[in-house]
Amino acid sequence: MRSALVTVAAVVAAAALLPLVYANQLLLFNFVVFLTLAQGVNIIYGFTGYLPFGYVGFFGAGAYGFSLAVMHLHLAPLPALACAAAAAVLLGLLLTPLLRLSGAYFAIANLAASQAMFQIISNPNLTDITKGPYGISLSGVFSPNLSYGVAVAILAATLGVMVFLRHSRFGLALQAIREDPVTAGMAGIDVVRGRTLAWLLSAVAAGSIGGVFAWYVSVFYPETVFSPEFSIFAIVFALFGGIATITGPILGVVILYGIYNGIGISAPQYFQLIYGVLIMVLVLFLPNGIVSLFKRWGIDVP
Amino acid sequence: MSPEPLLQVAGLVKSFGGFVVLDGLNFHVMPGEILGLVGPNGSGKTTCINVITGLYKPQAGSITYRGREVGGLPSHRLVHLGINRTFQVPKPFLPLTVRQNVEVAVAYGRPDGGAVDIDALLASVGLDGHGGKPAAALNSIQQKMLDLARALATGPRLLCVDELAAGLNPGELDSVAQRLRELARGGMGLLVVEHLMGFIDQVTDRVIVLNAGREIFEGVLAEAVRDRQVVDVFLGTDHDD
Repeated sequence: MRSALVTVAAVVAAAALLPLVYANQLLLFNFVVFLTLAQGVNIIYGFTGYLPFGYVGFFGAGAYGFSLAVMHLHLAPLPALACAAAAAVLLGLLLTPLLRLSGAYFAIANLAASQAMFQIISNPNLTDITKGPYGISLSGVFSPNLSYGVAVAILAATLGVMVFLRHSRFGLALQAIREDPVTAGMAGIDVVRGRTLAWLLSAVAAGSIGGVFAWYVSVFYPETVFSPEFSIFAIVFALFGGIATITGPILGVVILYGIYNGIGISAPQYFQLIYGVLIMVLVLFLPNGIVSLFKRWGIDVP
Repeated sequence: MSPEPLLQVAGLVKSFGGFVVLDGLNFHVMPGEILGLVGPNGSGKTTCINVITGLYKPQAGSITYRGREVGGLPSHRLVHLGINRTFQVPKPFLPLTVRQNVEVAVAYGRPDGGAVDIDALLASVGLDGHGGKPAAALNSIQQKMLDLARALATGPRLLCVDELAAGLNPGELDSVAQRLRELARGGMGLLVVEHLMGFIDQVTDRVIVLNAGREIFEGVLAEAVRDRQVVDVFLGTDHDD
């Protein structure tokens, strides 16, 4: 518990203070976004076993929830962020029947659902409401420093949820559901309620950070915030570091997204080679992520 | 006047597609009684437990537990009412420790949140000293005992035991039989499905013999083996008396 809180405090402090010494705030902002998304994947995949290939759906729902609240309801950014989270929760509730599927079937259905969201929002007939394919411009609320700070706060809250899950009876119950829903039911756990709560928690994380993303960049297209790359990166980062831990997804983001930004833009061909080899090596030798290496050495990581 | 039965099953029907597994099954379990459920493979024993514990919904008939209709309730609700079971093939929560496996059942399975001495519970099923291990490190017999501890952790009044004895050595069989008798002496009703007739004889007060989803005999095991219909079902009809 203590080491988990220290880890969380260190990450949040680094995210909050680095902009003072490092000029590329957009890059740091993207790190904060992926740190949050990777933990969101961790909540639903690490604790209940559902692999959310369409996780970006919540992110996009949050971005549009925020934008529509600002454009049509003329809300200030902070209340609009509540709408972002609410939009993601609504989508999550709409998709709860998917939780009846398991394994690859859930992953595929979730991917399809996120693409359906994209098609609906970018439909030219909805231009009056969503601006359709022409994208959103929120220059009126543009405020990079404040939105960056709020993003860090959302990251802190998401990490706080992870600490709670790692050390609470509820987290234990979710892991029981992941291992065997039938036995979990006979341990007195309400399986449907437990996994729905985890699903909605992960939706709130992605929706809130999606809302802040819209606020921070202020100008974006539907394909930006519904890009499957968000889902894939968040899943790969979480798996690379090690799911059902707090440190794992953090390490995954710092290492992989670090490599991506270090060489992915200047020398994309080498980046893809290194990325591919890294992921293959990891799947073959460390299927439980980097943190399993520490556990093998007898170092307990939160 | 006879006391109320703990569990009363009447006219229970369950089929999978066109295959009728339970075909109007009737029986009851009294508090403090151990009822054996025996019958050839495919006669509906495990399905019967699965319906009673909420894995399947009954298609017809009633399941009355302590005077209340409970057919079709979800498993966790039944657990809170005091019904639990062990599984023929236990599936404990493997990465969790043995202790956590029981802890989660105590935390979620007891609506009163009553305190349970987990160490004593683990010791009572022979798992003392294993609490800190992940459940994955237990052998299959120990996993069966952990499954029993998980069920007992929720404080059941009715415990369905599905082939707990299979694979146990004679010493373990004796201690499990003794443990089940103790539980019944404490007032718990038990429904025991088992193929080992020696074990059935040792623990049960009464047996129901099932064939093709119906009860064909009810009484003590010693009489069952003399019953013409029971003998026919187990040995076939072409035999000498």
